[in-house]
Amino acid sequence: MEQPINFFSGFSFNDLLFLGEAAGRTILISILSITIGTIFGCLFGWILQVSGTAGAVSVGAFLDIFRSVPLIIQLILFYNFAPMIGLSLDPFASGVIVLSIYAAALVANVARGGIEAVGRPMRRAARSLGMSYWQDMRYVVWPIGLRAVFPAWVGVALGVMKDSALVSVLGYVELLKASQILITRTQEPFIILTVAGAFYFALSYPLSRYSARLEERWSQ
Amino acid sequence: MIEIRDIHKYFGSLQVLKGIDLNVEKGEVLSVIGASGSGKSTLLYCINGLEKIQQGSIRVDDVDVHAKGTDINQLRQNLGMVFQQWNSFPHLTTIENVALSPRIVKKKSRAEARDIAAAQLKHVGLGDKLDVYPSALSGGQQQRLAIARALAMEPEYMLFDEATSALDPELVGEVLDTMRLLAEEGMTMICVTHEMGFARDVSDRVAFFHEGIMEEIGPPKQIFGDAISAHTQKFLANVR
Amino acid sequence: MEYTFHWRPVFRALPDLLDAGLLTLQVAALSMVFGVVFGLGLAIIRLNARGPLLWAASTWIELARNTPALFQLFFFGFGLGAFGWHLSPYAIVLVGLSFNNAGYLAENFRGGFKALPPTQLRAARSLGMTATQAYIRIIIPQVLRIVYHPMTNQMVWAVLMSSLGMLVGFRELSGETQFFASKTFRIFEYFAVTAVIYYVIVKLILAMSRLLAMRLFRY
Repeated sequence: MEQPINFFSGFSFNDLLFLGEAAGRTILISILSITIGTIFGCLFGWILQVSGTAGAVSVGAFLDIFRSVPLIIQLILFYNFAPMIGLSLDPFASGVIVLSIYAAALVANVARGGIEAVGRPMRRAARSLGMSYWQDMRYVVWPIGLRAVFPAWVGVALGVMKDSALVSVLGYVELLKASQILITRTQEPFIILTVAGAFYFALSYPLSRYSARLEERWSQ
Repeated sequence: MIEIRDIHKYFGSLQVLKGIDLNVEKGEVLSVIGASGSGKSTLLYCINGLEKIQQGSIRVDDVDVHAKGTDINQLRQNLGMVFQQWNSFPHLTTIENVALSPRIVKKKSRAEARDIAAAQLKHVGLGDKLDVYPSALSGGQQQRLAIARALAMEPEYMLFDEATSALDPELVGEVLDTMRLLAEEGMTMICVTHEMGFARDVSDRVAFFHEGIMEEIGPPKQIFGDAISAHTQKFLANVR
Repeated sequence: MEYTFHWRPVFRALPDLLDAGLLTLQVAALSMVFGVVFGLGLAIIRLNARGPLLWAASTWIELARNTPALFQLFFFGFGLGAFGWHLSPYAIVLVGLSFNNAGYLAENFRGGFKALPPTQLRAARSLGMTATQAYIRIIIPQVLRIVYHPMTNQMVWAVLMSSLGMLVGFRELSGETQFFASKTFRIFEYFAVTAVIYYVIVKLILAMSRLLAMRLFRY
């Protein structure tokens, strides 16, 4: 019995639109979390680096928790905890909050590395020229440290983008959740997963290549 | 005996050796001098088979180094090599550095390899440093370790590639003393070197390389006393 | 706060959770073994090979690094089902994590190989060692030291990633927790305890890695 093989059997154009919309939500939640996480991460990184004492130790230990517990557990815990303190949050808001804290914990380490990458002699030189602490930070530490850790930050950001797939456990229909829904309906797991994977890849690969090239150029 | 016949060596389109002919007899100490980039280090790499040649032949005790059927690993056991960068293996202690190849290449027993290694380390004056890691040694000591490591394979020839160039000035003497000792013991040696004192006092012959050509070869007295080539005279005038 | 916590059922389930924790450790450790072996292979191919072999290795590495780990698990779980290839939940997690580990470790190894001075290989070859001997005795031990810290991190990642097993029906620590939580609806309590268990596992791995490093790297 000859039958024409059709990879798109049971997989319609509407389904593709559905995936596209979900991909948009993946991008949205990623950009929000990475932005918020980066702002707080830089702040935490600065605290980790300047105080060097009780403050740094406690902030460090606090952030360490988010790197030592699976993100999926963090999401479930927060989603179930919020109502207990009277917060009624939808999956999207919960996802943004948890992903942001998670991103901040990762960015904090990167930021501290950036500040430390600017050696003490160079900072002393800057201060000896009469720069204030903040001038030194703005004109010396920031540009040099940024170069040192920008590739690492891109890595963190792409990691958060990929990890945003986990918000699906709360029922938020981002790309991977949408794929799952479609698979259940169409029974076309291979083609749907390939489309979803290709989308993630198309987002992540060029950026990671770009940052790898920057790293190579800057390290010379 | 090492017989070098009309060898040509290219790196891409750059020709670094332009037809070298040279014999080195058993027991002879040959120093090779010349400016950097003159091809003298490349010559050593070619003798050892670490670099391929595009034309000509090199025979060591009648074995063609670059022939297809040659067991290059077997051959290299007979050609000890010491590099400018001493290349101690940092994850092994001094004695392990020396004992490793007798054990895995020559298939000696662990105990036998250790004995050989201990003897060679004593030979180069590191008898009291058997169980330390290279990071605890000075550059000069690490270079002597590299010499002991090569000697442990019981080679009949030793090739030295600017063995003292990377050392701090105060450490050069101890390595030259070790090389001098080997020369006195009758080792056949080819030494690419910038140490003119060593070349003059220790070698039987000195070869001067200039832009991939061996301009001149002869006893030290002749090279240092009345060189024929203008290039040689100029080079020696500059290093003195 | 009106919610009252009930911890007793969780503590009763603790032995089961700890057993599941061992399963988590097991699958993570196995995936690291495969990850190191394949990662080394991929790195060596990427540094030395050309043509289809290089293309295949690069594709593996880039797919592992540029798609979500959960996507990779789904792919090995459901995607291959399209070809009639059905893996058990345990196999899905093991294959998925190994695939992911190998991709990340390959890049670490590649960096390690590049960080070693090429003269080390020359020195080893000049002593008569074959290329294989030189790699096994001289190059790889030094590379392993360079990548030891990233490898430890990858092991931690493997433990954390294995929690995705709960989404493909594997009852490792997270899957087991979900199983209990869904029976009693004490979701928060169960997952809070599980979070603590993960934290302890991660800290134990880091401490053991530090101890091991002190023994291994005396130079």
